[in-house]
Order: sequence, then C-alpha cells, then structure tokens
Amino acid sequence: VNGVHDMGGTHGHGAVAVEKDEPVYHEAWEGRVYGMLRGLLRAGLFNLDEFRHAQERLPPAQYLESSYYERWLAALELLVQETGAELRTESLPERRVEPRFKPGDRVVTKNLNPPGHTRLPRYARGKHGVVGSVHGPFKLPDTNAHHLSLDWEPVYTVVFEAHELWGEQAELRQTLSIDLSQSYLEEEP
Amino acid sequence: MSDDHHEQEPDDHGHHPHPPSDLEARALALESLLVERGLITSEAVDRVVRTFEQDIGPMLGARAVAHAWVDLEYRKLLLAQPKEALTRLGITQHQAEELVVVENAPGVHNVIVCTLCSCYPWMVLGLPPTWYKSAPYRSRVVIEPRGVLREMGLELSEDVEVRVWDSSADIRYMVLPERPAGTEGWSEERLAEIVTRDCMIGVARPAVPAGVA
Repeated sequence: VNGVHDMGGTHGHGAVAVEKDEPVYHEAWEGRVYGMLRGLLRAGLFNLDEFRHAQERLPPAQYLESSYYERWLAALELLVQETGAELRTESLPERRVEPRFKPGDRVVTKNLNPPGHTRLPRYARGKHGVVGSVHGPFKLPDTNAHHLSLDWEPVYTVVFEAHELWGEQAELRQTLSIDLSQSYLEEEP
Repeated sequence: MSDDHHEQEPDDHGHHPHPPSDLEARALALESLLVERGLITSEAVDRVVRTFEQDIGPMLGARAVAHAWVDLEYRKLLLAQPKEALTRLGITQHQAEELVVVENAPGVHNVIVCTLCSCYPWMVLGLPPTWYKSAPYRSRVVIEPRGVLREMGLELSEDVEVRVWDSSADIRYMVLPERPAGTEGWSEERLAEIVTRDCMIGVARPAVPAGVA
C-alpha cells in the first residue's frame, strides 16, 4: 500500500523529540500490548507481516495521530476481529526460488505500487543500486502478509547512492542500504 | 497487571493520580478475551513485560561492544557471526531475524532506521525509544542524516561518509562504535558504561565524561 506508514523522505513531521531517561513502557497497558503481540505470534493467530499490514490498513489520520502502542492495540483488535480469534489450520503452498544476484551486481528496483503489503519503500522504487550482501531465504512479506503462500526468497542488502534517491537535495557522501526481496529487483539493463 | 486504581470509578475531583484510560480498558478487554480463548496466558505476558524491563536492554549490546574493543579476535567474530559472538558472552535470547553489526571507522559513520515500521535489534538493545519509532526520525534520517544527527547533538565533519541502514526486511542492525581516545587501560565494565543505546543506533558517539583523565 502507498500509505502514510511509508515515511522515508516525506516532509513536515518536525524535529526529532528525544525524551530523556525514557522508561521502557510509559503505561502498564503498553507492556501488556507488547506481551500480547508476542504471545499471538507464537500461537500463530497471525504472522508479523500480517500485523504490520494491519497497522498500514488503519485510516491514515488514525495512523499518524496514534501513539505507537495505541496503533499496535488497534491493529491487534482488527486482527482478532478478522480471525475471530480462531487459529488457522490450512497449509499454504510453498515456493522457493534460486538466487539471481550476487554481491557487486548492479540492480534496479521495480516500480511496484501494490494495493497490498510490500516492503519496497516508495523512495526506493525504480532506483539503481549495487548488491552489498545476500541473506535469507526469507518469506516474501507481500504474500505472507495476506496469508496466500510461503514464498522463500533471498533478500539482498542493496546500496544506493543518496543522489540516486534524492537528486540534488541529497546530502554529500551518503549511502543508503536497504534490504530488498528478490522479487523487487531486476538486473540493471 | 498492577492495578493501583479502581476500574470504573469516575475521576470527579481531578485528584486521581492515574485515571483509567480508554486505551487501558481496551487492552485489558483484549487480554481477557485472548486468555479466555486459550491463545495466551497472562503469566506469559507478565514474563515478556518483565524481561524487557529487567533482562534485555542496551547493556547487552554495550557488553559486546566493550569486549570487541579490548579483544580483536572477538571483534572479528562479532562482525562475522554476531549471534555466535553474543552467545559467547552468555547473551542467548536471540531474535528470529538475522543480526548484522556494522562498524564505524575513521571516515565512516553508520546509523540505523526502519522507515516502514519500527524494526530494531531488540536482542541487544531492548525495546526502541519513542523517537526511533516516530515520524520525524523515520522520515528524515534517510534524506538528511547529517541534519538529524546534528539536531541530536552529533556533528559529523564533511569528509565522513554516512551510511544509513533502512531495516526493511528480516535483518536487524547494530552499530559498533569507535573506541574513544582517553580510554586506554579501562576495564571492560568501565568501557561498557560509555556505550549508550544511542551510540549503537548511530545517533551518538561514546564520550569520555568530562573531568576523567
């Protein structure tokens, strides 16, 4: 989804506010929410990608106005409601792909704009970079978040020059490394 | 959970130290439902809450950094096989995601972020601070890292390369900061004290306290 959660490079959010000697939880219920999330992931009511996507599906204004754990609570409520708090038993089709790239390869990210979940940030679409390292395989979030299939893919840490991403607004001497699934990448033509 | 107030009592005098919030009530209702359905237990939730208050936090990452500063072989291991290196120090509550340690060097500074949500190396740093999860940090540190770091008190000279790591998949990052001058001969325990959470996120550098020779 091209949602407000995809914040990289967006303007207008103001200064970074640092709280001195911040407690782990500001309110006891925040710790309960964190503990519930871990328990439900362990139980298998939903997976982490589904949880992330549930937050992304909150109305944009609500996403931005909510505190962090408030957003988590709303996402948990949504998933519990949608699943009826019933564990799933069906098994999903599983796929594996061979690695296509190796460190040093020049790649270009696809210009994907799916209505569902993806982990290809908007600021890095259609951009040229170099594979720094290869990881995984991991489940492709785009299908895992919708409980469709288990698509095991390599993930590449792709290094981009800041100028490639931000043009003349880029700061000097900066790179950005982004972890990208194989499905997001093509060989540089 | 701690229940130092009365659930439904209206706060009619304005003196209530901690009025029950709507959010708290919703969290309690959800927990009751999930326990009733047998999906979680309150004891397990208690354990998670306590673990992140007491056992897992930036002191773990700081121990690994301090040890890497005094032991070159360990430093190599921490960079090559971070989880194995942590296990050697008795740090064994590992997260499922892969951990990558990126090292600062003269002329190279690393900083971590998650622009899409709040991915964070909790196994070595605990739960992330609010600013790390906030819109200002997530939106800005990728496009103007020097400006954000300057605001947060870290001025990088122009010749330093800034490497920003956006944790967008199943890999978590921790920064291995440089050991500051003036710490020669320090014990590991003393070194670990100057390795703050912010140093391992990459928004600060370890500093020798003023007045320390």
